[in-house]
Amino acid sequence: MISQNSQTILNVQNLHANTQNTEILKGINLTVKSGEIHAIMGLNGSGKSTLAKVLAGHPDYEITQGSIQFDQQDLLALDSEERAQAGVFLAFQYPIEIPGVANSQFLRLAYNTIQSKRGNDELDPLEFDDFVREKMKLLEMNPDFLDRSVNEGFSGGEKKRNEILQMALLEPKLGVLDETDSGLDIDALKIVAKGVNHLSNEHNAMILITHYQRLLDHIVPDYVHVMESGRIIKTGGKELALELEKHGYDWLHDNLQNNAGATA
Amino acid sequence: MNALANIDYLSSLLQTLSTQNPGDFPKDLLPENNFPWLKQLRTQAIDQAGQFKWPTTRDEEWRFTDISPLSTLTFKPAQPGNSPALADVSPFFIEEANNRLVFVDGFFTPELSNVNHKNQLVVGNLAELATSHSDVIEHHLGQHFKSQKNLFSALNTAFLKDCAVIIAPQNTVITQPVHILYIATQAETTHYPRCLVVGQTNSQATVIEDYIALQKPANSSYITNSVAEFSLAANAQIRHFRIQRENSSAFHLANCAVSLDYASRYQAVSVTLGASISRYNLDIGLRAEAAECIIDGLALISSDQLADTHTCIDHLQPNCVSHQQHKCIADEGAHAVFNGKIIVRPDAQRTDSSQSSRNLLLSNQAKIDAKPQLEIFADDVKCAHGATVGQLDNEEIFYLKSRGIPELTARNLLTYAFGAEILNRISIASLKHTLEQIVLNQTQHH
Repeated sequence: MISQNSQTILNVQNLHANTQNTEILKGINLTVKSGEIHAIMGLNGSGKSTLAKVLAGHPDYEITQGSIQFDQQDLLALDSEERAQAGVFLAFQYPIEIPGVANSQFLRLAYNTIQSKRGNDELDPLEFDDFVREKMKLLEMNPDFLDRSVNEGFSGGEKKRNEILQMALLEPKLGVLDETDSGLDIDALKIVAKGVNHLSNEHNAMILITHYQRLLDHIVPDYVHVMESGRIIKTGGKELALELEKHGYDWLHDNLQNNAGATA
Repeated sequence: MNALANIDYLSSLLQTLSTQNPGDFPKDLLPENNFPWLKQLRTQAIDQAGQFKWPTTRDEEWRFTDISPLSTLTFKPAQPGNSPALADVSPFFIEEANNRLVFVDGFFTPELSNVNHKNQLVVGNLAELATSHSDVIEHHLGQHFKSQKNLFSALNTAFLKDCAVIIAPQNTVITQPVHILYIATQAETTHYPRCLVVGQTNSQATVIEDYIALQKPANSSYITNSVAEFSLAANAQIRHFRIQRENSSAFHLANCAVSLDYASRYQAVSVTLGASISRYNLDIGLRAEAAECIIDGLALISSDQLADTHTCIDHLQPNCVSHQQHKCIADEGAHAVFNGKIIVRPDAQRTDSSQSSRNLLLSNQAKIDAKPQLEIFADDVKCAHGATVGQLDNEEIFYLKSRGIPELTARNLLTYAFGAEILNRISIASLKHTLEQIVLNQTQHH
């Protein structure tokens, strides 16, 4: 939802990032305001997932140029745990399995850590159990998932629901969903989309990273960006995703070249 | 015995044996004259012990484990008679166990034990059961080490004074575990814990084998030389939880032999926490079709501890299954060893075997030697194995940090989880909880 009174949550300027001496991001500019949902689309290898990991502070990436302002702070000065505490949340494309740690233990530790950083009260195991069960209803998750090890033996859809459950508990200012739709059947996709729509409000913002239009039928974006070779090459409204779905990414290429020709 | 005469430890032990006469052992609960088979077993073992060489790191089986510190200790066999206070022992009791056999320095201690005579299991010590169950005991005691006899199992038999005996008769299914608690109390002695577990046809039982120390002065050095024998008849199912929590000055040398008959199932979890130097040999023979074993192990050590686990799973017949997961966590200057041998004999077609050895180093000084060893002589088999040695996974750390969890907390949680995955296989809630607390305390860095 685009609003006149919104605050800028994220401001990425000319961002360049390397991993293993290869430049992956080559000058990203992106502004996200409260209340907005942005979709970032693009082919494999265009740098979408790298952008998501860089926002969350993954240690494998080195920032060589540019800046990221998040909620009036210099995000690049923060470690990944501080970014999460400040309100950045990344829903992983491939959530990590942690055998030996009960999901409930992990969720409560994350929740309490963030609550205490925000100056709020922590919950004891019993209080947390009630609280988390309520949130699980939103995602139609079986409470048995609390007693199992984190993501261990979860199906693809269960892992993605567990990611959105974490987002529901941690209430971030900025949710970055990295290909949350991949590997989901249509029913799971609808449940996840319902969860995201429920969590989206005028105080936070979402960035959805996806290959396909399919997710955007259920979570309607305010802006669609297309990435290629580490840059955003086109930005439009939700209809841009439909055009891409209809004509493919090559269409965009031809289109851009034609435009370039026309302006020259 | 001449070859061993220059090893102080052994010459001291053997001196004890040669000077032994009935008068020296007023508390010998098993007068040999009443049990000729026992006398024969001991005599044979003394002869066998004399034929072994003292193991050194030049022997393949002891490459990674230097027990030379042991060779100069003149620790005599422990004597019966000590009985620690109930208040010191009761914290180690396991509430789910409805049978408890307590052995102090290798000798059965009825006042600390609790034998439930109402259930169908035969539970007791050798002295008590040697007469009433002599046929079963004579048939099994000392008989499952035939191919893997070594110096220390032979010495255990040579010094055999008492033994825990558990017999699950045919068609009995007992879900409550039997807890065998071995307590070492005498400083600078050797004690010889032993147990015999027989699962008869279609029986089910659970056994906890638990090693602790109540030494005065605290943390005195001593030697545990233990033997466990498990015999599973057709369709028997035995679960075996083994906890080694000796004090940090102890030497622990243990041998366990498991023999599986048709379609029987042995499930074991072994947890190694204590001792200065420990060595656990687990030898499993899948001797008839469709037998199955699932064995998991965790060694969690620090300081300058050395913990060595040597397992051998021998597939002798077709259609048997073995699954093994072993983990080591070594901190500070500790040294963990895992040697996992799997033999698939020519007859053992359609064997299904998997082995995973995962090892975590928590300091630059810690050391882990992991050696999977597969010897496959059949062609139609499925054998999966893998070994890793390393530090914590960076992607796992990042995942936790991305949820706001500080790096140190994340590392501690992942280290704990690495060990807890094995503890999850323990089906006895209070034991699992106790061990989780121990692992939690030992994996938290500040």
